[in-house]
Amino acid sequence: MEEKLLEINHLKSYFFTRKGVSPAVDDVSLAVPKGKIVGIVGESGCGKSMTAKSIMDLLKYPGRIVEGEILLDGKDLTKLSARERRRVRGEDVSMIFQEPMTSLNPVVKVGKQVREAILTHQKVDRAEAKRRVLEVFRQVGISEPEKRYECYPHELSGGLRQRVMIAMAMVCRPKLMIADEPTTALDVTIEAQILKLIKTLCETTGMSCLLISHNLGVIAQMCDYVYVMYAGKIVEQGDVFTLFDHPRHPYTQGLLASIIHLDEQRERLSTIPGMVPNLMHLPEGCAFCNRCGQAMDCCRTKKPELYDLGGGHAFRCFLPGESEASHA
Amino acid sequence: MLKSIGKRVLQTLVVLFCVSLLIFILLRIIPGDAITTMMGEHANAETIERLTKEMNLDKPFYVQFASYLRDICTGNFGSSYTLNKPVTELISAAFPNTVMLAVFAALIAWVIGMVCGIIAAVRKDGILDRLFMGFSLLGVSIPVFMVAMLLQYLVGYRLHWVDISGVKNWTGFILPAIALGWNSAGSIARLTRSTLVEVLQEDYIDTAKAKGLGQGAVLLLHALRNAMLPVITMMALQISSLLSGAVITETIFSINGVGRLAVDAITSRDIPLLQGTVLFTTVIVIVGNLIADCLYTVLDPRIRKGA
Repeated sequence: MEEKLLEINHLKSYFFTRKGVSPAVDDVSLAVPKGKIVGIVGESGCGKSMTAKSIMDLLKYPGRIVEGEILLDGKDLTKLSARERRRVRGEDVSMIFQEPMTSLNPVVKVGKQVREAILTHQKVDRAEAKRRVLEVFRQVGISEPEKRYECYPHELSGGLRQRVMIAMAMVCRPKLMIADEPTTALDVTIEAQILKLIKTLCETTGMSCLLISHNLGVIAQMCDYVYVMYAGKIVEQGDVFTLFDHPRHPYTQGLLASIIHLDEQRERLSTIPGMVPNLMHLPEGCAFCNRCGQAMDCCRTKKPELYDLGGGHAFRCFLPGESEASHA
Repeated sequence: MLKSIGKRVLQTLVVLFCVSLLIFILLRIIPGDAITTMMGEHANAETIERLTKEMNLDKPFYVQFASYLRDICTGNFGSSYTLNKPVTELISAAFPNTVMLAVFAALIAWVIGMVCGIIAAVRKDGILDRLFMGFSLLGVSIPVFMVAMLLQYLVGYRLHWVDISGVKNWTGFILPAIALGWNSAGSIARLTRSTLVEVLQEDYIDTAKAKGLGQGAVLLLHALRNAMLPVITMMALQISSLLSGAVITETIFSINGVGRLAVDAITSRDIPLLQGTVLFTTVIVIVGNLIADCLYTVLDPRIRKGA
């Protein structure tokens, strides 16, 4: 496999609430190769955003990383001091968020907010910083950058604000950009533009991207490699073609089956029955067993391990060999 | 921005006019008669008639109001009946004391209140948070006169740290300022805490952190500026409660301030003096609100656009 930029090993981020411990990220391992776009897909609350926030060290109390390592270029981020961690944030790894409407400070000019990212990390004067901001604005397709520089967030449309967010994430030339549902709040035409922009930026700058989405269409269009998350765990992973053509986990199969195909005539849409389980009261066995049409007896009592199919394709299920020996 | 500020100044002038009309009417419908107050119960009918003419009291209401307006525009507030001095002179003598008291109280209220609120918000649910919020709850709950008398008793009478009444130097303002400011400090601390806690949950705070800013920079550059908006509104509103509280504290601590002047004017039915002090206080409250509005416009670009 290609050289890995980011490697997460056995990451566990738990939320310690009064009602109990909620394992939002439960033993997640994933890798982002250099220059590639890697996707994490799953329903709301499956832990994909929390994985991203763990990387950025943005988990809010009472959540924290319990164990595991997050290696960026071989350096473990969880072992860094708060100060060193801050240097990584924004400079090596940056993040864009789901809601462009609320992710920018309403009382500060957008140009200044982007410029702040440069001034935080690099020793340049304000004029030079501004010049770079304008350059990035042009790069992310903001028309009239000088005029936009002086605008406040409320004066810009949602699409423009998300471009500003991308500019902010790009301005320090990070190695990795984490995009947490970057287009969920945008309408479809703007979504296409923003996705194209992210892809182009990755291709031209060699930056890697960790794209988080619940939209399988977005993942299929953008990513080289995909992780499917369910209830805090990765249930299937593989390169985008294998995963979409030969999904093995019943959950992935269910997700793919629920996509609407315009060329098919169907009476009802296919759905996965049931709800995402409460993380604090997970079934004893496989977290998906209560919603799975192919659940067996062993699914309810034992937790399945990742089953490696070779070629980077793996899934967390008892189904393939039926015998538990194959999971060793 | 200048345009919206100009508009607010014009609005202020209209408010001032309405307020002066209101004061004028109020003081004329309260029981008691100016001449009797001036001359005493046993003044002879001739003198009363002469004075009534002299003071235009026989003219219709609007004529009286017009001459009153003309007078205050030229800075003539008349003379006090009881003290026999021009009202402007009396107010300007009392003004510095009130200013000192109000400024001290405002410093205590706003600086300490805000700092406590910020610390409480950052250390939410910690020991300091609970301590500060407990203190602010006390401040909000105990009436000003109660605090004033308790302080006089404990700090002045029992501990002999400072004088309990009158002001010989600035130390005389300490107790009255605490008594007056504690209440406002409590509400400012609570409001600062709650808005800041809310703002710290906003998405743009995550954005700022993701940029690599430190906690201090996130707080100062991004959180506080947003959290300050409602706090400034409350500060403006507090100017009036500080001034009305000054009436009480000045009386309890025997400070010769505008508040005490007003109280004296009320008890002796000294209408020109009362008119003067009330109008003066009103102007300060209105100007305070004007400043708050202008600050708002500076701090929040969304308001600038709307105006």
